[in-house]
Amino acid sequence: MSGDLVFYGFALLTVLSGFFVVASRNVVHAAFSLLFTLFGVAGLYAQLGADFLAVTQTVVYIGGILVLVIFAVMMTRIPRSDAPRRGLDRAVPAAILSLLAFALIYMVIVGTRWPERATGAPEATVAEIGTGLMTTFVFPFEYASLVLLAAMVGAAILIRERAPADVADDAAGDGEVRS
Amino acid sequence: MQVMTDLFARIFGDGLSPLGLLVAGGLTMALIMALVMALCAIVFTWAERKVAGFIQSRYGPMRVGRWHGVLQPVADMVKILGKEDIVPQDADKPLFLLAPFVIFVGSLMAWAAIPFAPGFIAADLDLGLFYIFAVSSAATIGILMAGWASNNKWSLYGAARGAAQAVSYEIPLALACIPVVMITGSLNMNDIVIAQQGGIWRWHFLHDPFLFVAFLLYFVASIAEVNRGPFDLPETESELVAGYHTEYTGMRFAFFFLAEYANLFLVSCIATAVFLGGWQPLFGPVFLPGLVFVIKAVLLVLLQMWLRWTLPRLRVDQLMHVCWKVMVPLALVCVLGAGIWMLATGQAG
Repeated sequence: MSGDLVFYGFALLTVLSGFFVVASRNVVHAAFSLLFTLFGVAGLYAQLGADFLAVTQTVVYIGGILVLVIFAVMMTRIPRSDAPRRGLDRAVPAAILSLLAFALIYMVIVGTRWPERATGAPEATVAEIGTGLMTTFVFPFEYASLVLLAAMVGAAILIRERAPADVADDAAGDGEVRS
Repeated sequence: MQVMTDLFARIFGDGLSPLGLLVAGGLTMALIMALVMALCAIVFTWAERKVAGFIQSRYGPMRVGRWHGVLQPVADMVKILGKEDIVPQDADKPLFLLAPFVIFVGSLMAWAAIPFAPGFIAADLDLGLFYIFAVSSAATIGILMAGWASNNKWSLYGAARGAAQAVSYEIPLALACIPVVMITGSLNMNDIVIAQQGGIWRWHFLHDPFLFVAFLLYFVASIAEVNRGPFDLPETESELVAGYHTEYTGMRFAFFFLAEYANLFLVSCIATAVFLGGWQPLFGPVFLPGLVFVIKAVLLVLLQMWLRWTLPRLRVDQLMHVCWKVMVPLALVCVLGAGIWMLATGQAG
């Protein structure tokens, strides 16, 4: 009974703030509203006994990704016009895509054979996850870290300052043009 | 929370259902933690002004209250409560009003997993340490919210700096705690403190050389994490007026202030529990555990104040250099070194 109340609380928070993310005209408000959506999802995880997943969700999505999203959105200019572009040419494709996405998720939910789990106080999951990552799933784990490393190197190259030699060449070139 | 639910169970007998006990216990603990936060702000504002005065060869507040201006924070509080609650005309009203509470709640949630004494912990979580780092990262969102909603260039600069700094220094902060987790084999704050039983030589910061370095790294990163000098770039008075809370007044400003001093104490409490033996005394059996814990944490806070009023502020590029090119690699070396130490001394299970 109390579990149900907690579930409905978190579910309501998630759905309402999620709706606000989509419906809000102000893109910054939408980004900040994601905070409550992600927090609600973390709460649902915790309620399901997946405490490690809940805390990881908070660290990765709220502490990391959401901050980046807000940073990016804050730097963009907010359109002040009160007349957003609307019309069937936008609504129809959006509706079709949403329905397709919903159908896909629905099929996955119905088609999956969910493991039955005894209800009750959740046990400590972190040790099991750690052991799993270092034994059974060590290859996927290392593979994921390799992908992340590649992304990091790529980002570093993209934002890298040019080497002093290149800059010096350019300066010399500019000088020639001016003279 | 166990303490509180037991207490309520004794008072009400069978009058309360288990759910009622849980809610009552939880609310009481939350209230206690909020009071601890308020007390932090009251005590530490006075202490900070006295420390600053001492370092700058002056007295600091002397008039309110008979002895050394001890009632100054009370006077300040009354003043701040009486101030008008101003929302700038061009501010983003809903976000502007919400931001102080996001920051405050982020801070309050982290307090839940601090073990002040055996059994006196609001939520005895298996993931305690990880949980604390997770929820305190939510405060970054509050900083961005305040800075953006104020519609003020200083606020926005302060918020951008604050968020960048918090996101960066979180990494060495958490990495420095990993060796302790490796030794203890647990993220539970109670377990971490209990593992340090038996005098100062059993405390984690003296466990091995790598852990000593990890403790120093944690301490430096924690100063940056709470945006204090010499890492107070988000609030630089000389260039940004006050940073992300420039436009706030009255009670809402007080919430920022409260969260700031509470966070100062929070990071010191984490350091106390993780590295300095928590409620364990220097030697001998456990006595007055809560007091021992608070004394250790307050000494760390005083150390942070000393550093704030002694060291000049870093530049932005130096700030990022120190974090990413010095502290993160060093923290990784500590993790590796502590692991090798455990293998070499046969502590690895």
